[in-house]
Amino acid sequence: MMPAARHPTPPTSPLTASTLSAGIVPSEPPTIADDRPVQDSILTPSRWWRVMTVLSLVACLLGLVCLQVGTQYIGVGRIIGLFSSLPFDRPVDERMVDTTGVILFQVRLPRVMLGFLVGSCLASVGVALQALLRNPLADPYVLGVSSGAALGVAVAVLFGIGATVLALSILPVCGFVGGLVALAVIYRMAATHERLPIHSVLLAGVILNAIFSALIMFITSIMEPNRSFGMMAWLMGSLTAPAYPVLAALSGYLLIGLVLLFKHVRVLNILALGEEPARSLGIDTERVKRFIFLVSALMTGAVVSFSGMIGFIGMIVPHAVRLVLGADHRLLLPASALVGGMFLMVADTAARTLFVPSEVPVGVITALAGGPFFVYLLVWRKDRLA
Amino acid sequence: MTRIDSTAQIPGGDLESGLVAHQAYTVGGMHFRYGPSRLQGEPWVLRDVRLDVAQGEILGIVGPNGSGKTSLLKLLAKLAVPQEGEIALFGQPLRSLSHEQVAQTVAVVPQDSPQLFPFTVAETVLMGRFPHRRRSGWSLGFGWEDREDCQAASQAMATMDIAHLAGRAVTDLSGGERQRTMIARALAQAPRVLLLDEPTAFLDLQHQLGICATLRRLCDERGLTVVIVSHDLNLASQYCDRVAMLKAGRMCTVGAPAEVMSVEVLRGVYGCEVLIDAHPQSGLPRITLPRQGMPFRG
Repeated sequence: MMPAARHPTPPTSPLTASTLSAGIVPSEPPTIADDRPVQDSILTPSRWWRVMTVLSLVACLLGLVCLQVGTQYIGVGRIIGLFSSLPFDRPVDERMVDTTGVILFQVRLPRVMLGFLVGSCLASVGVALQALLRNPLADPYVLGVSSGAALGVAVAVLFGIGATVLALSILPVCGFVGGLVALAVIYRMAATHERLPIHSVLLAGVILNAIFSALIMFITSIMEPNRSFGMMAWLMGSLTAPAYPVLAALSGYLLIGLVLLFKHVRVLNILALGEEPARSLGIDTERVKRFIFLVSALMTGAVVSFSGMIGFIGMIVPHAVRLVLGADHRLLLPASALVGGMFLMVADTAARTLFVPSEVPVGVITALAGGPFFVYLLVWRKDRLA
Repeated sequence: MTRIDSTAQIPGGDLESGLVAHQAYTVGGMHFRYGPSRLQGEPWVLRDVRLDVAQGEILGIVGPNGSGKTSLLKLLAKLAVPQEGEIALFGQPLRSLSHEQVAQTVAVVPQDSPQLFPFTVAETVLMGRFPHRRRSGWSLGFGWEDREDCQAASQAMATMDIAHLAGRAVTDLSGGERQRTMIARALAQAPRVLLLDEPTAFLDLQHQLGICATLRRLCDERGLTVVIVSHDLNLASQYCDRVAMLKAGRMCTVGAPAEVMSVEVLRGVYGCEVLIDAHPQSGLPRITLPRQGMPFRG
């Protein structure tokens, strides 16, 4: 039965932008809806803090374990002793009372820290790219962003920007430019298609990888042999103990990148839902996409210039974290950063201890773990990749 | 059951008293095509479309495949911008409104598309609250939902009969459940205008009826304006106050279902014969597809 007067009295005041935004639905009495089911099935701040606390503690413990293991075993007591007995206000040299101290502070600690930083950087970029391209297989390595960055760095090295202090600041920028080229191609592809099919993005990545690899090979082949050997070792992905200023520079890049990504976590959620829904919710999708692509290129460029091409972390880690913790990027991004850090830390520990006295490039380990996982997703979880 | 269907009785349909304020949309002489404007060769998707949508009415947009229905909906949501002509939303030109402002007024339910990321249903519905978020610089984009957001989401989920699915992942839903989730998201957005693209395509009979009844109720009780793109002529006839028929990018006819749903009009628009009789309950036109090879008595 329809009442005769179906419409409420229309507003008499002239419409302005503010009256336009006046909502209708929430003006109902709030007691009607029981929001318990909603509260139970979303990410709440308390759950966020719980998960992040646990993950941080686990990361610290794992870090401690990685510091212990190596050609020379250093016990936990010794590590804590070395950390606490030596006041940090004294110069680093004075802490190097014995070889154990030297190994811990000049070799293992910077290496473990670098592993953590690189891993968390790659995992965060993976999260961002997957949401932007709505492609659970996106990863800076698979999409050719890493090899673009590597090409940028290789060109810089070819023209003699080597192991100088200047290189610290310039190489990441070269990597950034190289990575940007790859992302620009993918962005153009994504812009011309309404809904970019997953497999065409992957194909674009394959082709970009092939082109960039060929150019890198070309550059290495015209280099002096001793330099090209170092280049090959770097390309395979290595975390050889860096100096502390290098570490500080990388953490700078990582921190800036992470903060910029964090500013967009809620937008990433909505972009993951689809481009048109995102626009109808008032998001300037083109601006956000360009921005996130820039940040991703910056972070990838920095990482690649320090540690070469370490693959698949950006794909495996977000996937695993999403399965366990859900898809909300507010938790997914920081949790993936922590888990990615842990993953690479452990992978690198394996790389330097499993085949003593020789050392495997850590990129080999992550590729051996990630490649089969990629195939598994592509073949057996096809239904999810629609 | 008596229905008031003619446009004359909708408040604001009266030219004398503030036409603009009571029109949800005024579309005048609009031309639209996809692609950058330098591609002059592209055919128009919509040509010289004129349309008024009154506040609180349900307008159905019907027409053959490729007639520009979905494009028209996108233009109304400012997801696309017309090359010529003007669209006004509650008297304000759509061009002058930011996407943000439009999102606070207009909610869109797009055609169904599969989801890739396992957000829960509750999380998905809560995304509709995004245009109403509080802005504070130091929260780093986290913007946790507050009580009001959760209330609005629960309300919308109860309305769409998906409260029991709150914790399920959208990737595991059936097409109809996903569709209802998306409508709930749009309702949580607290819009004054709701634009739906094929909202009943994946729904079973019970939920088709449920959604139509819900939309009717929201229009009657709260003056929500609804524009539905649909292939279902019977749904358009029974539940829409007015029906707009598009053919090849042109607006053929707009009017109450009883006026426009005739054998002649449908033959002109769709190019085929249909049977039309009166719905046994409402007396409104009921459209039936004829069976090939049987004597035709329209």
